[in-house]
Amino acid sequence: MNTTQRDPIVIVGTGLAGYTLAREIRKLDKNTPIVMVTADDGYSYSKPMLSTGFSKQKTADELAMAEPGKMAEQLSLIVRTFTVVTGIKPQQHLLEINGESLRYSKLVLAWGADVIRIDIPGGANERIFSINDLMDYRRFRDVLEGKKRVLLMGAGLIGCEFANDLIAGGFEVDVVAPSDTALPGLVPKVIGDAVVTGLTQAGARFHLGRTVQEAAIQEGHVQVQLSDGEKLSTDLVVSAIGLRPRVKLADDAGLTINKGVVVNRALETSEADIYALGDCAEVDGHVMLYVMPLMACARTLAQTLTGSQSEVKYGVMPVVVKTPACPVAVAPPIGEGEWKIEQNGIDVKAECYDANGALIGFALSGQFVDARQQLARQVPSVHD
Amino acid sequence: MKKWQCVVCGLIYDESKGWPEDGIAAGTAWEDVPSDWLCPDCGVGKEDFEMVEM
Ligand SMILES: Cc1cc2nc3c(=O)[nH]c(=O)nc-3n(C[C@H](O)[C@H](O)[C@H](O)COP(=O)(O)OP(=O)(O)OC[C@H]3O[C@@H](n4cnc5c(N)ncnc54)[C@H](O)[C@@H]3O)c2cc1C
Repeated sequence: MNTTQRDPIVIVGTGLAGYTLAREIRKLDKNTPIVMVTADDGYSYSKPMLSTGFSKQKTADELAMAEPGKMAEQLSLIVRTFTVVTGIKPQQHLLEINGESLRYSKLVLAWGADVIRIDIPGGANERIFSINDLMDYRRFRDVLEGKKRVLLMGAGLIGCEFANDLIAGGFEVDVVAPSDTALPGLVPKVIGDAVVTGLTQAGARFHLGRTVQEAAIQEGHVQVQLSDGEKLSTDLVVSAIGLRPRVKLADDAGLTINKGVVVNRALETSEADIYALGDCAEVDGHVMLYVMPLMACARTLAQTLTGSQSEVKYGVMPVVVKTPACPVAVAPPIGEGEWKIEQNGIDVKAECYDANGALIGFALSGQFVDARQQLARQVPSVHD
Repeated sequence: MKKWQCVVCGLIYDESKGWPEDGIAAGTAWEDVPSDWLCPDCGVGKEDFEMVEM
């Protein structure tokens, strides 16, 4: 364990978590060597923009904000692209990259989440996409060129956002999902139903309570069979059935994992000098695959890594779903409560109250999203 | 002078302070911020900002 002061802070991942952390560290410390290691091309981009490419008329190239060389220069650090970490040796403070070892003083895991994939029989895999980074998005846009129809699997936040955006791009959109409404688990059913109505009015066709059984390419199109036997014809399938924090390498190295890589509010894993944040992390029991929590973690961890040990404090972090056909804002309730609902068509205001009558969460759709700021001031913080 | 907040990451653009790092002078009203300006923290566009009620 003879790491020296000169060994770098190593950050694995150049997504929003990795780059934001690096930027926050550099605001406080210009000199400590930092090495960033990434499996992808290292371009800096804003992942939430991937599901608004058509609405904002941006191609994959236009969504790339800075190439890795520019990031390295701006932040005075090293970015190693297309470099896949294959193991961690916590005792020796070594990161393994195939045959090579890289010594770290502190190691930060910001390696994100994997898309959940299911095998769909029928041999249409070349037309089935999942989109969780800019490189995925580029491939998808390339194949989409000249096509007219897209079938989305999944009616969660990402599925609904892509559905809305593809409609804006002039595509015919089918949405297939096993749930009985949109955004299951995130909002009460009335709001999910409002989103289904809004997107349907915009032109989407929903096939709820069903799954894709088979997909085959015939005469250039994709013929899809659903679990109830219905057949649909489309050109491309996008699978947006969920994300799972990447934990495998951490598990192999003996770090405590649960749903994500387990860290406390100081973002420390169970091993000394190894930290985690972003989509891979389970922070004090919370797995939140959103930008606001990772920003809070990046600021806190930058403090700690530059010498002032800090703990993250999650405030109120409402999630906004970018579905202009029926916009949604939600602050999931903290604890158990009952929903009080006010509804006028797709405009729904759902407030969740605990047994003492305190507002503990809300979900809003349509016109009511305007109440987000005012309600956000009334609900409790995640950490008090 | 008003404040505008990024709904994705929470960053606040305060008109009275502008955003000098990006060449936006103090006192620049939101409508005069260039339309291609991106959130300095999370990179989303101006459309993803909302006025903050005080
Ligand atoms: C379409 C879409 C829309 C979204 N919209 C919103 C929104 O509106 N609001 C919101 O709050 N959130 C939104 N999110 C979620 C948000 O974008 C993510 O929570 C956030 O970007 C995650 O950042 P991250 O850095 O943790 O992970 P990632 O960006 O996934 O970065 C992971 C990095 O780790 C690298 N990596 C992985 N494994 C290895 C390895 N073994 N070796 C080396 N490098 C490795 C990858 O190459 C990558 O650089 C959206 C997500 C998607 C997909």
